[in-house]
Amino acid sequence: MKYWRAPLDSDEIIVVRGKVNIIKDRCKGCGYCIEFCPREVLESSKEFNAKGYHPPKVKSDGCLNCHYCELLCPEFAIYTEEADPVEKTR
Amino acid sequence: MAKAKAKQQVHPLEELIRTERLPHIWCSGCGIGTVFSACLAAIQETGIDHKKFSMVSGIGCSGRGAGYVKLDSFHTTHGRAIPFATGIKMANPSLNVIVFSGDGDLFAIGGNHFIHAAHRNMDITVICINNFIYGMTGGQVAATTPHLDKSSTTPYGNPETPFNLPLMAYASGATYVARWTMIHSNDLTDSFVEAINHKGFSFIEVLSPCPINYGRRNKIKSLNMLKMFQDNTIIKNNADPAELDIDFKKGVVLGKFVDIDKPTPDENYEKVCMMRE
Amino acid sequence: MKPKVLTGEHFINGDLACAEGAIAAGCMFFGAYPITPATEVAERMSERLPDVCGVFIQMEDEIAAMTSILGAAWTGVKTMTATSGPGFSLMMETVGLSVVTETPCVVVNVQRGGPSTGLPTMGAQGDMMQAKWGSHGDYEIIAIAPSSPQEMFDLTIEAFNLSEKYRVPVFIMSDEVVGHMSEKVMIPEAKEIKTISRIQPKGRKDQFKPFQPGPNGVSPMPAIGEGYNVHVTGLTHDEQGYPVMSVETHKEMMDRLLGKIRNNLDDIIRVEEYLLDDADIVIVSYGVSARTSFTSVDMLREMGIKVGLLRLITVWPFPEEMIRDLSKRVKGFVTVEINLGQISREVQRCAGANAPSYLVGHAGGTVITPDEVINLIKEAFE
Repeated sequence: MKYWRAPLDSDEIIVVRGKVNIIKDRCKGCGYCIEFCPREVLESSKEFNAKGYHPPKVKSDGCLNCHYCELLCPEFAIYTEEADPVEKTR
Repeated sequence: MAKAKAKQQVHPLEELIRTERLPHIWCSGCGIGTVFSACLAAIQETGIDHKKFSMVSGIGCSGRGAGYVKLDSFHTTHGRAIPFATGIKMANPSLNVIVFSGDGDLFAIGGNHFIHAAHRNMDITVICINNFIYGMTGGQVAATTPHLDKSSTTPYGNPETPFNLPLMAYASGATYVARWTMIHSNDLTDSFVEAINHKGFSFIEVLSPCPINYGRRNKIKSLNMLKMFQDNTIIKNNADPAELDIDFKKGVVLGKFVDIDKPTPDENYEKVCMMRE
Repeated sequence: MKPKVLTGEHFINGDLACAEGAIAAGCMFFGAYPITPATEVAERMSERLPDVCGVFIQMEDEIAAMTSILGAAWTGVKTMTATSGPGFSLMMETVGLSVVTETPCVVVNVQRGGPSTGLPTMGAQGDMMQAKWGSHGDYEIIAIAPSSPQEMFDLTIEAFNLSEKYRVPVFIMSDEVVGHMSEKVMIPEAKEIKTISRIQPKGRKDQFKPFQPGPNGVSPMPAIGEGYNVHVTGLTHDEQGYPVMSVETHKEMMDRLLGKIRNNLDDIIRVEEYLLDDADIVIVSYGVSARTSFTSVDMLREMGIKVGLLRLITVWPFPEEMIRDLSKRVKGFVTVEINLGQISREVQRCAGANAPSYLVGHAGGTVITPDEVINLIKEAFE
C-alpha cells in the first residue's frame, strides 16, 4: 500500500498475510474464488487437472487470509493459512 | 523444492467430510457445496461435540448433502426429512438435529410437515437451499420459481409467482428465521451458528444458483447470478416478513427476521407429561 | 406413576392390550395419528408412555407418524405406530424406507372395511396382501395376526422381539373386532416377559460397516450420538451404507435384505395346528376368523367330517412348505378370511394341482359364522 507519509503507528501494526492452498484435483473450474477474492490474488491457470478443468493459481501476494475463497468454494478445493507477516510498511 | 511441496493439503473442514466420496455430485458452480461448507464451518465453530450432531435430508440435489457429511446422517424419503428429524429430537433431546434440504422437498411435498414442526417450535435447524427449481430431476418448475422463468414443465414461462418462504416460516410460528445467499458466506456461517445454538425451530433460507437446470434454461450464467445476489439484494434485519418476496428487480431482502425464545416440545413434554403431579 | 408391566388380570379390549404389550416390551416412542378403530392404541400409549419415561407425539398425518418412528428408532429405542386401512396406505412409501434402511419398528393395522373410507367402525381382513406388497419393489416383512385381546398383548411383545432381532418392520394385522372386543387378559410378572433388543456393534468405530451382515444375516445397529457416523439412505447402498447405483450392488443388497427373512423361516414362522394329524380337509385361517374356524372344526367333527385347522399366527412370511406338504395328503383347503380372497390365493398357489382350494369370505363388515364354513365344506366336499 502506498502512503503519502508513513502512519504514526506503522511500526506497531502487523499486517496479516495468507498463503493460498489449492487442492487442484478437486476444482471444477467454477471461477467463483477468482471473481470474488477481495484482493484479486487469483487467476485461472492454463494447466488441466485430472478432470480436465483449469484450477486457479495465485498471481500476486496480496492474500490477507480472509478465508473468503475457502468459504465460497463449493468443492473444498481451496483454503488459506496464515503466512509469516510482512515487515513494516515503509 | 519438490520434496517440500509434498506436504499433505488438508482442508480445514475435512474432519467433517467423507472425503472418500469426493468429488461430490453437484455441478460446477452449484451453490449447494458452498452452503454445505458454511454449515460444516458452523458446526465446528459451535464447539459442540460432533457426535451430538445429526443431519437429515430429503430427496433432491440438496438432499445429497447428508451423504457427504461425516456425522450420523440420514437420507430419507421425499419431503419427510422433518418428521424424521422430529422423531430423532423427541426421542433424544440431547442431540442437535440439522435438516439440510431443498425448496421443493421442504415446501412442496414437505410443506405440511414444515408448518407443523415450525408451529410446534420443534428444536431443530432447517436449512433450505432455494435454487428456484427442481434440480435433480431435470429442472421442473418449483413453488419458488420466479414469475415468467422457464423450466422444463413451464416451457413458455412460469405463469405463477414464487413463494415467500420466510413469511411462511414466520406465520407458522418459527422462532428463528433468516435468509441469506450463498455468497454472503460469513453472515451465513454466523447465522448457522446462531440457529444451531437457538433453542427452538430455526429456519434459514439460502438463495443459490443452479447453473445447469435453472441457469442454462433461463440464460443466466451462474457467475452473473452471483453478481445479482451481490447487487440486487439488500440486508435489512428485522424486516417485515410480508415484504420478503423474491423479486430481483425490486431487490431481495436478506437478513435475520425473527429471533425469539419460546418453550420447545421436548421441554414441554417433560414438564407437562413426565413430571406431572 | 404406574409400573411398566401391569401384572394381573384385566378386562380390556384388544387395542388397550396391544398398548400394554408394547409398554411391557419396552417401547419408548409412539408416533400417532388417530384413526378408527386404532385410536385406542394411541390413547393408551399417550397415558402410559410418560410412566416409563417414553415419548408420545401425535403427528400431523400418518406419513409423519410412520417417519417419526423411524427417526426415533435410530436413537436406539423401540418404536411403534398404529393405524387402519387409509393410514396404512399412506404409510407404504415409508415402509419401504424402513425395510431398506433396516430400521426396526412395529406397525399395528387394526383393519376395517375397505377400500377407501369404507366401513370405519366395522372389521375386515382386507389389507393382508397389502402388508406384504403394499410398498413398491420386492421385499420381505413379518406380519402377525392376533385372534384375541390376550394375543394382542402377547404377540405385540413377540412383534417387538422379531423386529429387533431381524431389523425389519413387523406388522400386527389385527381387525376392528379383536381390537374393540373386551376379554380377560392376563399380564404376567415382569421377569417372565422375554424381550429381545437389537445387537450393538463392537470394535473400532472407524472400521464399522453398518450394513455388513452378522452371523444370522443381520448387522449390529448403533445409535445416533455414539460416534459411529453411519450414513443411512433409502438409495441402494453397499455395506458401508454409501449409495451405489449398480446392478451388482443392488443384487447384493436385495439378497441381504430378503435373505434375513428367507433364511430364518424356522425361527420366524409361527402356526397353531388343531386336529391336523388325521384331517382330510384343512381350514386355513388367522385373526378373528380363526375363532370362527375353531368352532367350525368342532361342529364338523361332530358330523363325522375330518376337518383340521391350521391357524396362521405369522401370516407373512407365509408357511409355503407346510401347505405344500399338507397338499400331498389332504382332500382340500378352505381359507376363512374376511375379504374376497387374499391369503386364499397363497394357499391355492402353494397347494397347486395337488389339492383344491376354496374360500369362505366376504367383503367385510362382520365376522364369518361357522354355518357359512360348514355349508361350503359340505357343498364342496360331498
